[in-house]
Amino acid sequence: MTVVNLQDYAGMQPAWCPGCGNFGILSALKKALVDLNIPPYNLLIVSGIGQAGKLPHYMKCNTFNSLHGRAIPVAIGAKMANQELTVIAVGGDGDGYAEGGNHWIHAMRRNHDITYMVHNNQIYALTKGQASPTSDTGFITGTTPEGSPPQINPLALAIAADAAFVARGFAGDVDHLAGLIKQAISHKGFALLDILQPCVSFNHINTYEWYSKRVYKLEEEKKYNPADKTMAFNKSIEWGDRIPIGIVYSKERPVFESTLKALRNIPLVKQPLEPGKIQKLLTDFS
Amino acid sequence: MALDLRIVVGGEAGQGAQTIGFILAKAFARLGCHVFADQDYESRIRGGHNFFRIRVRDSHVSAVSEVIDILVALNRESLSLHCPRLGENGVAIADMNTDPELVRQYGILTVPLSDLAAEKAGNKLMANSVAIGSVMGMLGFNSEILSGVIKDHFQSSAIVENNIKAARAGYDYARQRYDRSSSYDLSSIMRIERMLLNGNESVALGAMAAGCKFLAAYPMTPSTPIIEFMAANAADFATVVIQPEDEIAAIHMAIGAAYSGVRAMTVTSGGGFSLMVEALGLSGMTETPVVIVEGQRAGPAIGLPTRTEQGDLLFAVNASHGEFPRAVFAPSCAEDGFWLTIKAFNMAEKYQIPVIVMTDHHLASSYFTAEKFDLSGVYIDRGLPLSEDEMGKLSEYKRHRITPSGISPRALPMQSHALVVTDSDEHSEAGHIIEDAETRTRMVAKRMKKLEGLRRDMAPPHVFGPKTADISLVGWGSSFGALHEAMGLLRQQGLNINLVHFTEVWPLPAQETTDLLGGDRKIYVAENNATGQFARLLNSETGLKISGTVLKYDGRPFTSQYIIDRLKGMLP
Repeated sequence: MTVVNLQDYAGMQPAWCPGCGNFGILSALKKALVDLNIPPYNLLIVSGIGQAGKLPHYMKCNTFNSLHGRAIPVAIGAKMANQELTVIAVGGDGDGYAEGGNHWIHAMRRNHDITYMVHNNQIYALTKGQASPTSDTGFITGTTPEGSPPQINPLALAIAADAAFVARGFAGDVDHLAGLIKQAISHKGFALLDILQPCVSFNHINTYEWYSKRVYKLEEEKKYNPADKTMAFNKSIEWGDRIPIGIVYSKERPVFESTLKALRNIPLVKQPLEPGKIQKLLTDFS
Repeated sequence: MALDLRIVVGGEAGQGAQTIGFILAKAFARLGCHVFADQDYESRIRGGHNFFRIRVRDSHVSAVSEVIDILVALNRESLSLHCPRLGENGVAIADMNTDPELVRQYGILTVPLSDLAAEKAGNKLMANSVAIGSVMGMLGFNSEILSGVIKDHFQSSAIVENNIKAARAGYDYARQRYDRSSSYDLSSIMRIERMLLNGNESVALGAMAAGCKFLAAYPMTPSTPIIEFMAANAADFATVVIQPEDEIAAIHMAIGAAYSGVRAMTVTSGGGFSLMVEALGLSGMTETPVVIVEGQRAGPAIGLPTRTEQGDLLFAVNASHGEFPRAVFAPSCAEDGFWLTIKAFNMAEKYQIPVIVMTDHHLASSYFTAEKFDLSGVYIDRGLPLSEDEMGKLSEYKRHRITPSGISPRALPMQSHALVVTDSDEHSEAGHIIEDAETRTRMVAKRMKKLEGLRRDMAPPHVFGPKTADISLVGWGSSFGALHEAMGLLRQQGLNINLVHFTEVWPLPAQETTDLLGGDRKIYVAENNATGQFARLLNSETGLKISGTVLKYDGRPFTSQYIIDRLKGMLP
């Protein structure tokens, strides 16, 4: 059996700012993949556009760096054509929650078996500092000089859409994040992993220090049960002095792919092309 | 005298004009006739006015006529709308209880449609079958064939028998009273097995024959029946059909599926295609094959949602920012829709590009007869996927390797240990993001290089009539039937004219086109749009001078008469 090690995933030199939260996410992802022993050729990372979208270039695996907001539908198509691939979609908060919001909601509803990692730095960083859907209410940027409107709550929205797996990680706690990534990949169905990611260049409010003071781990809460939807909703709206990280909501429900007869046996990509097979349909037209 | 029988069935939405028309059309096709039938309907479920037009000939037909020989009127409005278009020997059939004033005014042949249905089939609702029988009785049509078609249509045995009884009652009633069989000679029709199918069905069958394994599409008229047809057959043919949240998702899913290695498609209309155009460039940039069926309707915006137009040609040819190769096909009839859709998949994979198949409402929802497709002629070209052997020998796989043809050897994820890396950013041969000017220039040139091979694979236009003529009528796509008929009629009138018709419109085979249309001749382009888009494309690609255009943009298809009238006004 192949034993995967970190070197197998070594990619290009990242062009991120020194100290960027993305470095922690990249380390955690590689660690999770090595722990799960997933070889690079069995993995596909589909990314959108933004600093997060560059992540697969800094690894070594099958890669489709797609358009802004469109990582999810590309990932879904790739997964349905070859269910044997482990498919991860990656993007930032602008990419996933703004430009790609519609895809995100419906992917959760249908429950495709992919993992979606959102590097949530509450800012548009690639375009140098504009408000994002998760920027704090009143956040002042070049495009929102009078303050950003109220932010979206990705976790609450995901629970409402009945996503199969909803978790929040923190780029400043690599080991904990790696654990969450492993569980997200292993969970059958759509897994949303929202990752608090400090932006050292454009977000001087939600810093490493700001987050570190606030985050606490849900698995350390004795009475917390991620299968309890009401409890999960309550946790998802907690944001302030205390910010929960860990698995917020988890549910077993049928994966979209499993509802299609065409996908019951072998992957689509291995199905033969048989032009003669339509002969029986032609008789219906005579 | 050549057979040319023109039947119209009109009524409110929901009254069954479509079913009556379809059964009649199918019966004529089964007899061996050439049949063309189109549907004119409004964007509503009930009420309004819908009609189904059938044309029956003993030679190829794929155009509507403005003249009616037999009208089946299911309501009063059908009489007032269509009776003025009855030809010299034209007749209208309506129910016995029609206002006597109208019966006198239009000389209507009345049939107790509801009463016969109640009496002979025990159900007033089978009046439509009585109407079907009445038309066929007038014509002395082979009643066995008619019963067979009714049987196939109403598969459930309980209602089949009664519908056949109802049709028989109408048949006998009309045969005794309104015999018109001497006017339309059906006895000399050869019993050749023909299919009757619409443009959507032919495209769906083409896609399935080509091995399309993945269809992601959002419903939009006129292309929705393609989704429904493929979804109904998805389980049997191991095909995934998914209706996503929007057209943007649809095309991205298709691109994702193609990246994994299956033949993938999306279908839509102009509005949905407008939403897809950024992804068209994604396909071009990442060199991921995808087939897009664009069923045009009258735009812009919502336009006339259930009506036809050829208004999206230049949009399809130019859609998306930046420059990349693509192919655009425009089938002229159902048979063409089948074969061109197969070719679309081959070109998409061979050149790793997006390919657009342009239908329109007229082609998509009209019925054509075609000889049964010979599936032994289906050719599959998957381009250059590397074999497992070849993959094993590679030390390093580069998805976008520069080659003399511009086509990079294609590997699929998990086919081997080779990693398939691609990017919507400008990228290196290995597929990684770059910014340097030199790589950018080489990669653009590599992608554009593929146009050379693609252009060679595009078939030249079809010529009908003599190869050289004083006047060439030029068209593209679904308007073929009307243009062909117009050309024939004008030749009968002594004009030295031919028809040069394009179905493979982009990249335009410029040299062959110049050879066919060059010299000292007049070129007139006829198309269903307001600005003469193909005329402009033809001129810009070949430098040929266009003498004039025949345009129509009222949402309705061409008739030969319309073209002849406009053309004559322009001729010197």
